Amino acid sequence: MFERFKGFVNKEFYHIFRDKRSMIILFGMPIVQILLFGFAITNEINNVEIAILDKSADSETEIIINKLNASPYFNIESEVRSEKEVEEVFQKGRVKAVLVFEKDFANNLQILNQANVQVITDATDPNTANTISNYVQSILQHHSDEINLQTEAPYKLEVKSQMFYNPELKSVYNFVPGVMTVILMLVSAMMTSISITREKEQGTMEILLVSPLKPIQVVVGKVFPYIFLSVINAIIILLLGFLVFQVPVEGSLILLALESVLFIITALSLGVLISTIAATQQAALMMSLMGLMLPVILLSGFIFPISSMPEPLQVLSNIIPAKWFIIILKGIMLKGVGIAFLWKETLILITMALVFIGISVKKYKIRLE
Amino acid sequence: MKTIKYIVQKEFKQIMRNKGMLPIIFVMPLLQLIILSNAATFEVNNIRLSYIDQDQTSLSRELISKFEASEYFSVLGVYPSKKEADNALKRGEVDVVLEIPRYFERDLVREKRNSLAVYLNAIDGAKAGVENVYLNRVVRDFNRKISVELMQPEDRTLKQMNILTIPSFWYNETLNYKTFMVPGILVLLVTMLTLFLSGMNIVREKEVGTLEQINVTPIKKYQFIIGKLFPFWVLGIIILSVGLLIARVVFNVPIVGNIGLIYLFTAVYLLVILGMGLFISNYTDTQQQAMFIAWFFIVVFILMSGLFTPIESMPDWAQKLTLLNPIRYFVEVIRMVMLKGSGLGDILWHFGVMSFFAVVLNALAVWSYRKTN
Amino acid sequence: MEKEKVIEVKELTKKFGDFTAVNSISFDVFKGEIFGFLGANGAGKTTAMKMLIGISKPTSGDAMVSHFDVHSQADEVKKNIGYMSQKFSMYDDLTIRENIKFFGGIYGLSRKHIKEKTGKLLEELQLQEVADSLVGSLPLGWKQKLAFMVSLLHEPQIVFLDEPTGGVDPITRRQFWELIYAEAHKGTTIFVTTHYMDEAEYCDRVSIMVEGKIEALDTPKKLKQSFNADSMNGVFLKLARNVE
Repeated sequence: MFERFKGFVNKEFYHIFRDKRSMIILFGMPIVQILLFGFAITNEINNVEIAILDKSADSETEIIINKLNASPYFNIESEVRSEKEVEEVFQKGRVKAVLVFEKDFANNLQILNQANVQVITDATDPNTANTISNYVQSILQHHSDEINLQTEAPYKLEVKSQMFYNPELKSVYNFVPGVMTVILMLVSAMMTSISITREKEQGTMEILLVSPLKPIQVVVGKVFPYIFLSVINAIIILLLGFLVFQVPVEGSLILLALESVLFIITALSLGVLISTIAATQQAALMMSLMGLMLPVILLSGFIFPISSMPEPLQVLSNIIPAKWFIIILKGIMLKGVGIAFLWKETLILITMALVFIGISVKKYKIRLE
Repeated sequence: MKTIKYIVQKEFKQIMRNKGMLPIIFVMPLLQLIILSNAATFEVNNIRLSYIDQDQTSLSRELISKFEASEYFSVLGVYPSKKEADNALKRGEVDVVLEIPRYFERDLVREKRNSLAVYLNAIDGAKAGVENVYLNRVVRDFNRKISVELMQPEDRTLKQMNILTIPSFWYNETLNYKTFMVPGILVLLVTMLTLFLSGMNIVREKEVGTLEQINVTPIKKYQFIIGKLFPFWVLGIIILSVGLLIARVVFNVPIVGNIGLIYLFTAVYLLVILGMGLFISNYTDTQQQAMFIAWFFIVVFILMSGLFTPIESMPDWAQKLTLLNPIRYFVEVIRMVMLKGSGLGDILWHFGVMSFFAVVLNALAVWSYRKTN
Repeated sequence: MEKEKVIEVKELTKKFGDFTAVNSISFDVFKGEIFGFLGANGAGKTTAMKMLIGISKPTSGDAMVSHFDVHSQADEVKKNIGYMSQKFSMYDDLTIRENIKFFGGIYGLSRKHIKEKTGKLLEELQLQEVADSLVGSLPLGWKQKLAFMVSLLHEPQIVFLDEPTGGVDPITRRQFWELIYAEAHKGTTIFVTTHYMDEAEYCDRVSIMVEGKIEALDTPKKLKQSFNADSMNGVFLKLARNVE
């Protein structure tokens, strides 16, 4: 009995490894993603093009403008002469912000103790606009503080912030767990669902069912190679993260391994569930790729923080297995916590896996009847 | 010409008849558009803050109430010790912990300066950065207020100069993230749909065997290809239209510019995507392979499109790479036209590049399609 | 005999890297013949046929099909031939009528013509009732007859059939061959590959391919005589043993 099963699993392995093109994508994809995320993708702003409308053109504004230009965040693309030009320069998309210094800037500062700078941002990208606004404010605030240094303002309260788990605020720390989750999820779900529907389409599924192998053995046999593949993928991602970007694993490696296998099994069982719904390979592929990709990327907390989303979506995010695994990964890798802090999330994943498997088995039985 | 008509008819019939795929093609993308557009925001609010108050004076309570009053923060409660706060951070129950030291009030009045310790969960570095900024703002406000309150007569001669920054957000006064994300997500969905479907389509005929039958007929390459891709082109336009409607009606995204421009650009853009799908299907033997390769490109394109993270923030080499990314152009154009009302002159460059891609890619695809092996 | 040659093959070869699938074969096929192209699986029959119908480029050698060169005039060749593939390639998700309309259209038949042909075809095969059912729902035997008739829609000179009777019951096979005879009678040349040796008896002439070469080519009767066998099956077995 076991011999037959082993033979079956071997066949699955052959199928997979012979498909060179798929193999390359399978292993190449995470590598490319990590490298992109590490080297290219970031939320910070750099070299943002801005324009200046200086209605004063005095010594004070000159100092401030030089400071802005010297900062790595901004690049002064041009100086405009009128409000109309401001509109034009935005419409052409040449700058993301325009700073308007009011008339008699230096005078107002000296005599009235206050001078205004209007920070107009192109808020079609509200995130960048907000960030730019904040950064400009910081620079101007800093300058303000410097001027006031001589006067020694009283009752100064200093804030000493400590950044836990990611002291250098490296965006890679946030992304590597996310990439690992997304890849494991999509690949596992996709590959399992195709593998099973392909046999259905080619008609070989019936042959398998007629063979002495029990249906559960067929499913497990089909799914087993992908556990193996996904584990390799996970290892590649972790290694890359560690070697190239110094993303640590503060906690227990064993716990990490176990949780990863749990997640992989959850994702695979989702794939099996999809294969019971999809009639053709095409449908399975579309359901698992197009149906899962954006929801997993957007609702799992991978890029966008869940706490920023509206309530109903926060609730919805709870049914995304990826969300829970990301919490687990960040916990083990960056916070160094153990199962005591993660038992809730682990239990949820186990439940999800059981639910997916349960529904699949039920649907399967219905069809056999 | 007539031959093309026959192929187009057949394709449409096959698409419409495929009951399993219809909801995937029409319902799924639009459902995702409606639901997911609400998710994509970097806005930081409801920052969960807890505190350790080792002073317990009126001043420390005043500071805490300042945070309670702030719309950005959600004050969860007090921790008796640092250890508890630590655990809470580890469990992810709180984002920021404020520690008010003993003798906070006394030391501030006596020494005229003091410091506060703040612990932030910085795994999401960008979020932590923003939280820190908001936090500093609240403290600074508090600082200003109590400076005035605590001011002694001998301090009155000291003056403070203030540069006031007045932020002004154009094209999106309320910093509505949906206005930003909805057109972008629509672009993603239309792209994914057309790329995946077109990539798999020809490969499926290969797998099933009907492609061989077609290759034996005298049909010309270009007739076959046009006939095959045209239905997906139409599909893309349809989904775009419904998506734009949803954007307008459900999300109130303004359409400031000429919507005809968007259609014009989409028409060319779709040719690029379809060309890619065709090209991929020429070099793959199974649907799985075609999907995998298409998936690979889509993920890279999405990440480097400027949709989730700005292109200007990328290193030089990456920025140059994005020039090859069709999604980047589409996202820019749709935002420029919808939100800023940019005209044809403004998007001329994007248009030109897209047309160039379309010609090159499709020529390559047609050339690499072999009726004879 | 001054019968017209519709297929002329001279030293046709196909290599895949080091492996020679078709090894310098030469033969002719005459107009109106039922020419059987036999051989074991993997002998090279399908590869050879693919070259003749213009979807595979020969490594060397020449072939003229319907007086057109398969190298340089593949499109002309295709206009004059019909093809029925091993997988009976019709579109399962289109109806019978729609499949006929599609392939008719591809071959450039006018709408009127298609309508005419559709009516005749449905009548001949007695498929009128199921004309608007999806091909996928038809039993294999009917699909196969349909595929055959569709390959003849544009009245080609030659029709190539690749293992047309695979997987169907003997009665349906018999009916299918009756259709073939009817066509041949009209003057259409039939080029058919098969591994059913008894079907070889139905052909005018038969060639047997073994490992890329043609080891025998003649009428069934003469072949049985020269190999001293009772049936084509016997001929084939003897040949196979010889090569070993």
